[in-house]
Amino acid sequence: MFDQFDPAEDKMLQVIDNNGKVISKELMPKLSDEETLKLYKDMLFVRTLDHMIVSYQRQGRVYTYPPNYGQEAIGVAAGAVLRHDDWLVPAFRELGAWLAKGATMKDVFMFNMGFEEGTKFAGANHMLPSSVPIASQLLHASGIGYAIKYQKKDEVAMAFVGDGGTSEGDFHEALNFAGVWKVPVIFVVQNNQYAISVPVKMQTASINMAIKSKAYGIKGIKVDGNDIFAMLTAFRYAHEYARKESQAVLIEAVTYRKGAHTTSDDPTKYRTTDEEKEWDKKDPLRRMKLFLEKKKLWSDDQEKKLVDEYEKEIDRQFLETEQTVQYPLEDAIKYTYAEMPQDLRDQQIEHEKFLQWKNARK
Amino acid sequence: MKAMNIVSAVNDALDIKLTEDKSVVVYGEDVGFEGGVFRVTEGLQKKHGVERVFDSPLAESGIAGTAVGMAAAGLRPVIEMQFCGFIYPAFNQIISHISRFHNRSRGKFKMPIVIRLPYGGGINALEHHSESMEAIFAHIPGLKVVVPSTPHDAKGLLISAIESDDPVLFLEPKRIYRAIKQEVSEEKFSVPIGKAKVLSQGTDVTVVAYGAMIREVQKAIVMAKEAGYSVELIDLRTIYPLDKETIAASVKKTGRLIFVGEEPRSFGVGSEIMAVANEEAFLHLEAPPKRVAAFDVIVPYPRGEHHYMITPEKIFYEIERTIKF
Repeated sequence: MFDQFDPAEDKMLQVIDNNGKVISKELMPKLSDEETLKLYKDMLFVRTLDHMIVSYQRQGRVYTYPPNYGQEAIGVAAGAVLRHDDWLVPAFRELGAWLAKGATMKDVFMFNMGFEEGTKFAGANHMLPSSVPIASQLLHASGIGYAIKYQKKDEVAMAFVGDGGTSEGDFHEALNFAGVWKVPVIFVVQNNQYAISVPVKMQTASINMAIKSKAYGIKGIKVDGNDIFAMLTAFRYAHEYARKESQAVLIEAVTYRKGAHTTSDDPTKYRTTDEEKEWDKKDPLRRMKLFLEKKKLWSDDQEKKLVDEYEKEIDRQFLETEQTVQYPLEDAIKYTYAEMPQDLRDQQIEHEKFLQWKNARK
Repeated sequence: MKAMNIVSAVNDALDIKLTEDKSVVVYGEDVGFEGGVFRVTEGLQKKHGVERVFDSPLAESGIAGTAVGMAAAGLRPVIEMQFCGFIYPAFNQIISHISRFHNRSRGKFKMPIVIRLPYGGGINALEHHSESMEAIFAHIPGLKVVVPSTPHDAKGLLISAIESDDPVLFLEPKRIYRAIKQEVSEEKFSVPIGKAKVLSQGTDVTVVAYGAMIREVQKAIVMAKEAGYSVELIDLRTIYPLDKETIAASVKKTGRLIFVGEEPRSFGVGSEIMAVANEEAFLHLEAPPKRVAAFDVIVPYPRGEHHYMITPEKIFYEIERTIKF
């Protein structure tokens, strides 16, 4: 498949077109109707959750949030291939993969409400916290890959980065280390066309992102990131290849960030509505819905009902989280070290004396 | 017991941990086949295999960043930065991730990483090969910083560092890598992180130092003794967490304090030692605490380095001034 979609020829893996019509039957991933529907429902859930977190942010109930809007297919498809022991090395815009690995809504809420507890992902096996310094996390995946190989485990690491992240030195170092070490790591570039306001053509003179794989002696493939079937096919193939051959893969998922970079960003400043409308036609949920409707697997009524259910459950859990979270003083201190230095303990004790004094004054 | 210098003592500690713990891996630039530019890891690849002791691509951020992933996945990486001045590309990984992963994941992921770092001047090296940057790392929450001054402590502290679940910057005073020979036990033993050592007892003044400066202070103490002064010497051994107790107890006894370091003077380890005297022993002071450290300059190229390095005479001069204050 890597030869069939040689990035040097700028080929892109696609399975359905913008109208949900299958254009490449042999590349359609094997799925039961139930599995197919689950993919759609997962995307719908991510979109609903995403929209609601943005609205909570607008109400001042969470802090900064990076919306996934428009990119749901990539995370959901990734989540569908990652096994319990596979590793997820997130960036911050692949919510579908987080949830599939076992991150909870409460984790996501807490992270965006400003609690480190929300980046613990206590119930998600082999999932790292999300990474803010761009592309730095890719090296963690290469290191995990080394550990997998060294410990002779049947695992794969999957790491995410954006198009802007490919300009960072750590992108180069991570792919280079993974190539030299021959480790089972799938690097996923979500090429959503913008790094905040900077368009992708200002990040690289390469004809695409996938072609960068060639410089590291690893396989690469460019995939329509708004086509969930294409993403699933690519991920399944890459996963099998990485695992069996103990080799790294670079997947470029071509997509579009329909929302803002984060809730602090205003994309109307740097892109046109014409451009946005063009990409609306390629929206991953729209395309899959058209596909499902042709197969009579889905209807507007079902969708409305399901979104209602999702919204109620999301809101219920959000309220519950809002009402139960606390940030005691010791939580700001005790996790700094595995073994707490006495001096740090003393700093806390000193501050607690001040707090006692302060409370006595009231 | 076996006669060891710091190079062979570090090698011995690595050998012991590689032997008893399969999760330990050792890597960096030239670390594997060649055994490192200082030959600290010599013979280890041959003994423990190329999967456990190996050469990495030449990229410091890559070395540090991959260690994060290895640690998260259950290994205990011991990585080498070839020279202290080459560590800067790894800063982001060390400060943004290695020091923070435990906190960010609320303890889900520990970072048992040791970063070995030959540091310090006095060897007539090129630029970027002589820095003393312990204060920079000591200032970062989440890191521990260790500096041995003897073969015994180098071995014992490195074993503690590898066994620590916290990341440890292990600074090796390359100026005295082979300068000191000492009988060191071939058995496994550890020296605790966070504990300073009183190397010589005295009553007139407390001198606090570490690493390559210990030997310089000891030479100054010989001069001081001849002049009739009694000097207490404390080897910090760990920069962070700082053993304030030992420093404060000594200052309370002698009433005088001198810090000796080859780091730039301002905002350095010495500044923190001054703070300990002020906060913990203020009423016992009989003279102003003094920092004897390098100028706030970049380490000069070899021909000018003698202006930079702290000498025994300079230390003795400050000892006498402080006692006579």
